[in-house]
Amino acid sequence: MKFHKFRICILLILINNINSSAAITFFKAEKDKLQDTASFVSPFEAANERCFKCHGQEKYEYTNETLGRQIKDIMCSERIIHRKVFYSSNHKSFSCTDCHSEEYIKFPHSGTLRMEQKYNCIDCHGGDAKFAQYHFEEIDSEYQKSTHFKMENDGFSCWKCHNPHTYKISVRNATNLKETIAYDNAICLNCHSDFSRFQLLSDRAEIDIIKEHEWLPNQAIHFANVRCIECHTKINNNIPVSHQIRPKAEAVRLCNECHSKNSILMASLYKFESKEQRRDGFLNGIILNSSYVIGANRNEYLNLVSLIIFAGVLIVIAVHITFRIKNKSKNNKEK
Amino acid sequence: MYLYPKWIRTWHVINALMFLILIVTGISMQYTGKENAAYVVGFSKAVKWHNFAAVVLVFNYIIFVTGNLLTKNGSYYRIPRKNFKSDLITQFKFYASGMFKGEKHPFPVTEERKFNPLQKLTYVLALYLALPLLIISGIGLLLPEITITTFFGISGLILTDILHITMGFFLSVFMVIHVYTCTLGHKPTSLFRGIITGYHVSEDE
Repeated sequence: MKFHKFRICILLILINNINSSAAITFFKAEKDKLQDTASFVSPFEAANERCFKCHGQEKYEYTNETLGRQIKDIMCSERIIHRKVFYSSNHKSFSCTDCHSEEYIKFPHSGTLRMEQKYNCIDCHGGDAKFAQYHFEEIDSEYQKSTHFKMENDGFSCWKCHNPHTYKISVRNATNLKETIAYDNAICLNCHSDFSRFQLLSDRAEIDIIKEHEWLPNQAIHFANVRCIECHTKINNNIPVSHQIRPKAEAVRLCNECHSKNSILMASLYKFESKEQRRDGFLNGIILNSSYVIGANRNEYLNLVSLIIFAGVLIVIAVHITFRIKNKSKNNKEK
Repeated sequence: MYLYPKWIRTWHVINALMFLILIVTGISMQYTGKENAAYVVGFSKAVKWHNFAAVVLVFNYIIFVTGNLLTKNGSYYRIPRKNFKSDLITQFKFYASGMFKGEKHPFPVTEERKFNPLQKLTYVLALYLALPLLIISGIGLLLPEITITTFFGISGLILTDILHITMGFFLSVFMVIHVYTCTLGHKPTSLFRGIITGYHVSEDE
């Protein structure tokens, strides 16, 4: 019972990270660590401020010329972009109107603007030599094989997981793997633990994540130490992070996929650790980021020492037996 | 000579069986390969059996320690301050050469002295040092949420695991030597018979 509560507690912490207000708390804690947030000044800061003036916080103000007075109102939570979060995201150097219509400068905004076609990752990142090393085209084709792609008609797109205003690369430049894992898992839980979002994309009944993973031993520890995608995607070594989300039936369920010498985690979660850190050896790799996977963390030196000791013991016993046999036959002859 | 009361024999047989399960499942967990899904026992099965045998072993150990505190059996494990080092050397010399020369056992088994000095030392190290460390580190791995996360920048779990497998290894080596030395009785089988029946047969009987 106690463990169940603990598990729920962990999950709630993860889920809380993605609730709009709690996400800010999470990002606030993160912001101090971002190397260039403090020094980064957007060349479009002044221009963006025209949008942030209303969209940068919960409350906005405007002059209602018909009534001739100042109106204060609450901004719809889905339309709030916090400045600090945006200026620490991958797209921090962008102007709002790089992606959104210039027409938004006018207020009140025209209703038809909301129908504008939004860009997808591949629209900017595809076919660009600058991004070639990240293989966005392959990411896109992997996504098209994923179970999420089947929902595209219902509105699934890159943005469902990668919010263009807030997203920042995580595992590749992770300094604290646990925070990265929580950040990445929050992306999945954003829909998978929030039924109101989930039902925007699926007609399925609500899924109880904890119950579905009841079979998983030490569930809370697994949730805090690996990303959902470790088990729920098909690994593709050509791209930085696997994007082919597999159907439930194809998810990893065998313990030794991870808990073994050739653990799949080496090709996913720990992929960006240096080879030196991942090597088998005395303080082999993963030790450095405080992670530990039974069966995968092996100490080759200890293995060797133990084999030598064991062999030594067997040799001593064999020699002892030989002497006993010789001695016995000698005694028998004497008799 | 009736040397092994029923409770000791029961403790011993349970301990031996659980240890065998723990060794097999422990090796299976540590060396499970991805290609050969089951090294000896599949990982998930190995974890279940390892946990089960460990819990039984812990309760059995509590019975052993309690029994040693309450009965005369505990006194067999007390290391004497006098001459222990020289007694150890004498015993070692007997195993290494004396026994082949037809010398008499330097510390024959009596009701007051169940173990020879070498036996006493290894049993004390195994049962009062290695086994408690094995149990404590095992609890740390069974309930990872209570284990310290980092110790001087190194994962607390990996240190706990290294301690666990090292103690497990030493106790496995101990078990091999223990089984072998048990063939050194009056006849190769007489000591085994003793732990089953309770009666020890000495060279003079």
